[in-house]
Amino acid sequence: MTAAPRLVEVRKNILKHNDLVAHELREHFRESGVYVVSLVSSPGSGKTAFLEKTLTCLRSRSRVAALVGDLATENDAARLARSQAPVKQIITGTVCHLDAQMVKTALDNWNVGPLDYLFIENVGNLVCPSSYDLGENLRLVLLSVTEGEDKPLKYPTIFNSADVAIITKTDLAAAVEFDPRTAEANIQSVCPGMHTLQLSSKTGAGMTEFLALLDSHRNHR
Amino acid sequence: MHELSIAMSIVEMAEEEAVARGNAQVHAVLLRLGLLSGIVKEALVSSYEMACAGTLLGGSRLLIEDIPVEIFCPVCRCSRQIASIQRLCCPECGALASEVVKGRELELVALELSE
Repeated sequence: MTAAPRLVEVRKNILKHNDLVAHELREHFRESGVYVVSLVSSPGSGKTAFLEKTLTCLRSRSRVAALVGDLATENDAARLARSQAPVKQIITGTVCHLDAQMVKTALDNWNVGPLDYLFIENVGNLVCPSSYDLGENLRLVLLSVTEGEDKPLKYPTIFNSADVAIITKTDLAAAVEFDPRTAEANIQSVCPGMHTLQLSSKTGAGMTEFLALLDSHRNHR
Repeated sequence: MHELSIAMSIVEMAEEEAVARGNAQVHAVLLRLGLLSGIVKEALVSSYEMACAGTLLGGSRLLIEDIPVEIFCPVCRCSRQIASIQRLCCPECGALASEVVKGRELELVALELSE
């Protein structure tokens, strides 16, 4: 005879496994002395162009590498390889985000010890990546001027999960009548106190400020 | 659409608990879901049914308790519930508040089962 149903308390975080792996990764990065920066944004907001520019600028003075998540192609890795920094692609198949285990697997047999910076480009998606800690030290959320100023209000969770917001493609701002003040107000509304930078990967405007911000975060971790 | 993988994690975790209790039959899974968890409730509920199929959890219900977002107001020096995740500010004094104290939960709270 089956006993009457009863309630059994469990109290477990569903993302426990991911958080555990992320914690291990963060420890591993700390011990190796590498500073890890992840990038999230919608598809087409300029993550790869921004990363290519960043890797190219940093390569002359720092040891840098990148992990790139993509659903299907290796095009992004091929573009980033032009920076001559070591690049590894994670093809996620049908999975719409990176998780800590994918990062860990991709880093197997890759000694990150000699690196100063490791960049992780997430799959283009403003929803799913917000739930997954990748063990990174700094999470950047990118918003291109062509997407409109209200993106932060439409996707508050991902903006709230990030440390710094980067407004990209500012060379196109006038053409699309982008209002930086409205964008900034919307960012502050969903993530009060968030540091925001504006830049153009095409012209290089804003890159000096970004590199200074990276160094300052790395030195103060 | 990462709700299916989240649903599969819930099922896996609940199954482990059921097996640890001598393959207990699970009738319901109680979950706490924060509004800032990044999970869409409706998508999770429909994914749950799929994820349950063919497991010990087959036929069980997913009961979700929504957890509203609470911020810590730096001016009032206390936690307050906010009405919208589009505006993280104190509902009393209007100060912007970056410290989220509640609302990111994604937690398996309890199982209703018969052993």
